[in-house]
Amino acid sequence: MFESVAMPLQSTFDSLGALFFQFLNSFGFIVLATVGLAIIFGMMGVINLAHGEFILIGVYGTALPYHAGLPLPLAMVVGVLVTTVFGVIVERTIVRHFYDRLLDSMVATWGLSLIVAQLLLIIFGSSLDSISTPLGNISYGPFSSSIYRSILLPMIAILVLVGLYVLFTRTEFGIKARATIKDPETARAMGIDTDRMYVMTFAIGSALAGLTGALSAPSLGSITPNRGGTFLVEAFVAVVVGGPSVIVGTLSAAGVLSVFNATGSFFVDTFFGQMLMLSVAILALRLLPEGITGYVESWRRRRRAEE
Amino acid sequence: MSERNAESLVDRVRGRLEGPNTLGNSTTFWIGFVVAVAALAAYPQVTDPYTALQTSRYFALAFLAISLCFVWGYCGVLSFGQVAFFGISAYTFGTIGINFASMTGATAGLFGAVIVGTLAAAVLGYFMFYGGVRDVYVTIMTLVVALVLNTFMGQTAGSEWAIGAARLGGFNGMTNIPNLTFGIGEAGIVFQTVGFYYAVLFALVATYLGLRVLLNSSFGMTMVAVREDEERTATFGYNVPFIKLVVFTIGGGLAALGGVFYASWGNYVDPSVFSIAFAALPVVWVSIGGRESLLGAIGATLLIERMRTGLSSGIGPVGPEWALVIVGGLLLGVILFMPAGIAPTLNDLKDSLLEQRSSRSPSSSPTEESVE
Repeated sequence: MFESVAMPLQSTFDSLGALFFQFLNSFGFIVLATVGLAIIFGMMGVINLAHGEFILIGVYGTALPYHAGLPLPLAMVVGVLVTTVFGVIVERTIVRHFYDRLLDSMVATWGLSLIVAQLLLIIFGSSLDSISTPLGNISYGPFSSSIYRSILLPMIAILVLVGLYVLFTRTEFGIKARATIKDPETARAMGIDTDRMYVMTFAIGSALAGLTGALSAPSLGSITPNRGGTFLVEAFVAVVVGGPSVIVGTLSAAGVLSVFNATGSFFVDTFFGQMLMLSVAILALRLLPEGITGYVESWRRRRRAEE
Repeated sequence: MSERNAESLVDRVRGRLEGPNTLGNSTTFWIGFVVAVAALAAYPQVTDPYTALQTSRYFALAFLAISLCFVWGYCGVLSFGQVAFFGISAYTFGTIGINFASMTGATAGLFGAVIVGTLAAAVLGYFMFYGGVRDVYVTIMTLVVALVLNTFMGQTAGSEWAIGAARLGGFNGMTNIPNLTFGIGEAGIVFQTVGFYYAVLFALVATYLGLRVLLNSSFGMTMVAVREDEERTATFGYNVPFIKLVVFTIGGGLAALGGVFYASWGNYVDPSVFSIAFAALPVVWVSIGGRESLLGAIGATLLIERMRTGLSSGIGPVGPEWALVIVGGLLLGVILFMPAGIAPTLNDLKDSLLEQRSSRSPSSSPTEESVE
């Protein structure tokens, strides 16, 4: 691959194309894995360490009906619904006790993740049959990329982010939800049912986790109860690198991280891509302790102070 | 005269060991403590060697628990990465011990491994605390470091991944790690089975007492001040990043010591020591036992690990697969219903009972208000 300089121009284009599709694949995956966690962390200040298992419930909620004979899109809807209901139950029974206890919320949801992953193992066994990836591949030169993973998923990821932007800035619900997060006392005094806002926000976060699970079900290969960890790590790294602003943070972090992940995976192997991405994340945290958006925010504030 | 001297010596020692930062400052507590240590010391004599050996593994793991208890419970730094220093030290001990297969080599391995593990913590701590990384970001960063090591060590299966004679071994792990040894040349002791049990028990008790002294010193007070309010502590002129760095480094050293014990216990270490599942365990032990109680954390480690071993062969209808569900459930229950953990909750219960009993006669010594 390093001799590509000597190769004809066409194959250089092919390599660049492959690198780009690798980037899109990684980008779509990271955005989807992150966005549910980012909403719950950014809006509610709760770290949900069971996020990977929420996604896993989406995967199982999709795979089981699919294997029972439901068409894939319908099975995905079931997956999202199941995860949303699960999220609401968890919010009412566990998470609501931890709204101002960040570290405790991590530990408690960690306990939850152990239980969920192990129960999935006990109930459904060590693996479910995989679902074949729909839509096939496009090939160019010696390379080929999955349309589903490298084109459809990144597009859905962007749509989700746009949808969230509209929801939280343009609708009455979004304004009420943000008011609740900013200042619950005042929000309540203005007649907002803050309890309901918390449940709704958590439900949206869970639904997004479910959506991620549903969409990933056909691209995971074998479906095993320990896959939650894969999602969790990427999601976490992206959330902390992105910083407090949900949408811009997720977008920028996913962009930066997948450049490194894709480059490393393409030129060496997926293991190296993963290592490179995690190392960059560590470095980014050291240089920008508040994440990318936190840094931009404080830079803006300094600018304003200077003027 | 000599009796009075002895008495004042006991008072002086107790004065160092006791204070508002540690639970258990009464004579009753110390009697109970001595009885418990004596019982643990007698345990290998009354049980079979296999059980004694298993118990010595719990002791090794208890070092991880106290290291997390120290940095999280007393300085507010929740680290998921104590297992990283534990694992680094275990691998270092193996590498040195395998390359210098002698008594001197294994002893050098013990010190070398602890030094390397401690240095790793110091470097990471410097990187984080002087870079302004805080709170939950520290937690994530430490977790990521452990996972990077997990991924890295997992792919070292090839023969090119070796340090001298020591093969890293990928997911199969590093084998033939020497026993815990203390000596030079031909003179020295190799700690095996019951000997190992006593060595680790001794180290654990000594560490516990040492940490109590440290926590009740003025440095311990500063640590607690950082935990309670970083900004205020900084306003009083304390160098908060430096304090956190020192605490994190000491915590790393404790974890590293545990790593040496762990590696020499099974003569083996593999990348699972860096995995998410293993990284979760110290958090579980400390949360359940009580993050502000070293003894609670140690006790929780011993009991939970004992339970996990017990469940590995199944108890009645409950098979080994339920172990993690029970551990997770315990963790969730404790965090929900007694957020401080079991040991501090029991302590509060005891205090309120005593208060009720002695409410007619006002207590002569003023009770310490915990800084909350």
